[in-house]
Amino acid sequence: MFAYIVRRALQSVLVMAAVAFVAFALFQYMGDPINQMVAQDATLEQRNALRALLGLDRPFYVQFLLFLKNLVTGNFGFSFRVGTPVAQIIAERLPATLELVFVAALFALFVGVPAGVYTGLHRHGALSRFMLTVSLIGVSLPTFLIGILLILIFAVMLGWLPSFGRGTTVQLGFWSTGFLTTSGLKALILPSITLGLFQTTLIMRLVRAEMLEVLRADYIKFARARGLTNRAVNFGHALKNTLVPVITIAGLQIGGLIAFAIITETVFQWPGMGFLFITSIQFVDVPIMSTYLVLVALFFVIINLVVDLLYFAVDPRLRVDRSVSAH
Amino acid sequence: MALLEVEHLRIEFPTRRGTLVAVDDVSFALAEGEVLGVVGESGAGKSLTGNAIIGLLEPPGRIAAGEIRLSGRRIDNLPYEEMRKIRGKQIGAVFQDPLTSLNPLYSVGQQLIETIQTHTDLTPTQARTRAIELLAEVGIPGAERRVDHYPHQFSGGMRQRVVIALAICVNPRLIIADEPTTALDVSIQAQIIALLKRLCRDHGTAIMLITHDMGVIAETADRVAVMYAGRVAEIGPVRSVIKEARHPYSHGLMGSIPKISDSKDRLEQIEGSMPRLTEIPAGCAFNPRCPQVFDRCRVERPDLMDAGDTRASCWLYAHG
Repeated sequence: MFAYIVRRALQSVLVMAAVAFVAFALFQYMGDPINQMVAQDATLEQRNALRALLGLDRPFYVQFLLFLKNLVTGNFGFSFRVGTPVAQIIAERLPATLELVFVAALFALFVGVPAGVYTGLHRHGALSRFMLTVSLIGVSLPTFLIGILLILIFAVMLGWLPSFGRGTTVQLGFWSTGFLTTSGLKALILPSITLGLFQTTLIMRLVRAEMLEVLRADYIKFARARGLTNRAVNFGHALKNTLVPVITIAGLQIGGLIAFAIITETVFQWPGMGFLFITSIQFVDVPIMSTYLVLVALFFVIINLVVDLLYFAVDPRLRVDRSVSAH
Repeated sequence: MALLEVEHLRIEFPTRRGTLVAVDDVSFALAEGEVLGVVGESGAGKSLTGNAIIGLLEPPGRIAAGEIRLSGRRIDNLPYEEMRKIRGKQIGAVFQDPLTSLNPLYSVGQQLIETIQTHTDLTPTQARTRAIELLAEVGIPGAERRVDHYPHQFSGGMRQRVVIALAICVNPRLIIADEPTTALDVSIQAQIIALLKRLCRDHGTAIMLITHDMGVIAETADRVAVMYAGRVAEIGPVRSVIKEARHPYSHGLMGSIPKISDSKDRLEQIEGSMPRLTEIPAGCAFNPRCPQVFDRCRVERPDLMDAGDTRASCWLYAHG
């Protein structure tokens, strides 16, 4: 078990290094950031001086190694655009994105899993058919369209919920939270539904398919033959057996939520990392972009590690126990 | 009074092309502590009958007619929740494949304790003690330690022992064993049969043993019912049916078992094969394959009638 975690951690480091390289290499081709930083009438000397100051005149590999070294030491550089440390900018934006993703993930899990179980158990029910039809919309409509539709209905026409921003936030140390104010909570509703709708429907359809599969298994029939209650059979035996694939997909999807937050944040003018990333692209703000990519990769890696560890918790067949013989 | 009475049981499957009758007019009874073997080819309706008794027919299959009574109480029309309380507690079940009968994610102890606690008021500690006793009783060495192991840590034969422990854990009066040895090695089969026989004797449990293995029947059963195309062809004491089967089908079935003393190049076989549910012929379902067929067999369907020591549904034994 311990050896497994160490091995996975080492693999994760390699993945992170590869992502850092790709992220860094990609932005070498995004145009000259100097153009955005100097006045239009700046002389060539001024431009070169700035380039030398930022280290952009050095060879690619030197820049990359420096970037890596800085990453490891926690120094993410300075934003080309505003001149403040990237770490500070990201730290300001990170809570907004993480809170949005957290609520969207909760929404996806707590609506998706029960809906999947329900539609799996009541295959031919009217409500099941209705939910499946609605889920088709969730799977097929693009995020930005859902966001705009929700804004149109709940913000513009009904006027119940705000159409943009985080509302009032409360500062807890470095973390600014929207969970503690009514306006903050109200502001979370539309963006998190927009962000999580696709994942909700995906998880629902996955749980449903797995439930249908598992309910046919012999051990379910045997559990019924033992006279166990429906509750114990459906939730104790059937649902637990659907969890391994569901955890895999849910884990990947939560990583996806962080990445897809870019679109939702843009639609709702949400002051998070995704919105920051979009603005940074316009200004070729390489330090922010590469840090953002590395950070998203880090979240993916952490989530995957957690998913792998959850397998062990769920499935005893993976816990290799060499002291037990087969007979 | 018989423990289990099945009367005129009829199981139908409504399909788009009409209703299929998978089990038709099946009647038999089981006394306390008796072992009834049910034999027949695949599709003869053996397992469906067993599933109907424990109330677990898979939809769209349904009981269309007849009655099933346990200790005189009618159980075929009980609501799901009432029937659930009978399953496990009064009627245990053992299925064919021990590899898939146990939930892989729970230890055998958890599955035993869960079943025991569903049907009794034992505390978790008492239930665990009972689980260990049960595992020891079905012959699992080191039950104390094995109770916390998961199904994948047991071999096939050991898993079937666990399944049997689960079936008997609250002392049911009847066990429906649906091909309990089919998925096992021959050497293990004998052990499992011996175990079932011993448990049945010790607890006075009746067993309905569904199989297509005549050897198992000969060794275990008190009486045997031979099923063909959804009907009982012959039912009677196991010796009579094996030694001098009256129904031409059961006669042919017994004849097709190779004897170790004979040296034949070809095995005896019954010509043709069992009809599909959609093509069951009029009259006796066996008539196209029967060597002793006569006119009446093609028109009129025979019910069970006395034929020597057994009862056979065959016009050969019609009196008058």
